[in-house]
Amino acid sequence: MNSPAKRVESNPQAAPSRAAHLDVEKVRADFPILRQLVYGKPLVYLDNAATSQKPRVVIDAISRYYERENSNIHRGVHYLSERATADYEAAREVVQQFLNAKSHNEIVFVRGATEGINLVASTFGRTRVGAGDEILITGMEHHSNIVPWQLLCIDKGAKLVAAPINGDGELEMDRFESLLSPRTKIVAVTQVSNALGSVNPVKQIVEMAHSRNVPVLIDGAQAVPHMKADVQALDCDFYAFSGHKVFGPTGSGVLYGKAALLDAMPPYQGGGDMISSVTFEKTTYNKPPYKFEAGTPDISGGIGLGEALKYLMNLGMENVEAHEHDVLTYATDAISSIPGVRIIGTAKEKSGVLSFIIEGVHPHDIGTILDQEGIAIRTGHHCSQPVMQRFDIPATARASFALYNTRAEADALARGIEKVTEVFA
Amino acid sequence: MADLRDLYQDVILEHSKSPRNFRELSPADHTAEGYNPLCGDRFTVYLNMEGDSIRDVSFQGAGCAISKASASMMTQVLKGKTKAEAEKIFERFHGLVTGRAPAQDAEELGKLAVFSGVSEFPVRVKCATLAWHTVHAALEGEKEATTE
Repeated sequence: MNSPAKRVESNPQAAPSRAAHLDVEKVRADFPILRQLVYGKPLVYLDNAATSQKPRVVIDAISRYYERENSNIHRGVHYLSERATADYEAAREVVQQFLNAKSHNEIVFVRGATEGINLVASTFGRTRVGAGDEILITGMEHHSNIVPWQLLCIDKGAKLVAAPINGDGELEMDRFESLLSPRTKIVAVTQVSNALGSVNPVKQIVEMAHSRNVPVLIDGAQAVPHMKADVQALDCDFYAFSGHKVFGPTGSGVLYGKAALLDAMPPYQGGGDMISSVTFEKTTYNKPPYKFEAGTPDISGGIGLGEALKYLMNLGMENVEAHEHDVLTYATDAISSIPGVRIIGTAKEKSGVLSFIIEGVHPHDIGTILDQEGIAIRTGHHCSQPVMQRFDIPATARASFALYNTRAEADALARGIEKVTEVFA
Repeated sequence: MADLRDLYQDVILEHSKSPRNFRELSPADHTAEGYNPLCGDRFTVYLNMEGDSIRDVSFQGAGCAISKASASMMTQVLKGKTKAEAEKIFERFHGLVTGRAPAQDAEELGKLAVFSGVSEFPVRVKCATLAWHTVHAALEGEKEATTE
């Protein structure tokens, strides 16, 4: 068995041909946090599925907002409020462009994918789902795409149905199709599994569901940092993602919904900004998206998210995708050659995530030892306990990649894992 | 910088690979389940008493090297101890792994002192104390202990 070090020597500057259009060193220079040393070693940040780092343009946009624009939006008549409102609404248009939505009115700002899914469950879901109905999800969902539906099911006497995944961590499409029943009222699926990295055939899922008149929500939290998301091409009814996973600030996020659906949905939370007029007898609600944005939002968060998405569009999502595919494939090869390592999640289509276990070593111990090497990974169940149960393991170690990660960092990961196996030899 | 070898001492690695008293006691006077939601560690401890003394103690479950070794060594130490003695040892042990114990406590903890390295790794304190929290819960007649 070759050690990773030897393998690298025998393959010194293997040209990442697909990644030719992304200058990763230039990208890295845009992310101030990546320059630091951790325990005297260069930080190797491989916990991007938990949260991503922020480029300078995002950090600057937030500072600039608080230094020069801070004020409340949508109802001020003064200069600062007009500027803040314009920037916040410009960010909404950037999101529209990023998702290729038809209208900026289909873009609802939320706190993150979690809130986006909860919003749909408690408004659209509440009016559409009744006793005996079913909501169909998959066996690879994050808890945030399970629990909101469970709450709705408890409330309505409906049933949550999960389509199984196979031993490679791929959705079993024939089972999924057979579980789409006349009782199915909503389909909610993740585009990319946060625990396994599996990419679901969401376009096909939407087609299947739509042929039975079932609307589809896509959890895009793990997809948007890595690949092009086009809601018109997918024809999905809802699409939710978190800003902080796509190089934007925490507390920012997006729910896309088709205009006709958003129009017909009851409001989510009540408060300021979501109304047109209020009397004690009756309130007229504002139009979407404002109907769903009660209270003062995270203004700088929305503006920061817009900057992050602009940054990505400037790089080109196809370039990001190609670079990441190269690094993930390289890292997978590098660590799978280490004796005792087993990769969890071996789907044909994968993105961003490399989950693994080491025989005889608990993932938590792997995480501590890698941390001492300056390598940040996540260990645990990754908020996907049903996935862990499917593979009959309590936890995995998960290295998750982003556009700024390199082959050299994959080598550092492989060396770190070898160190783990030495400590536990 | 903390040294990994301070944490993963040979004694700890050895206990994690070959845990002692790693079995179910049936019947048991007290059992409790301990769970660390952060990393999924889950142990059940079993206690049989003789009056106020622990006649036998064992555990089962899955967890990281630190939590498993700690549970294993705990069962060795607790056999024959009274409830009050057990609580006193837990208190000292907790002080040791959080780095707040006076030096003489470490001495009195005997072989449990190998866990002193945990204090350099604050996120691992819960691993080292999970089994102890679980025994505490069992002695108090509770069914579950969680580190959260």
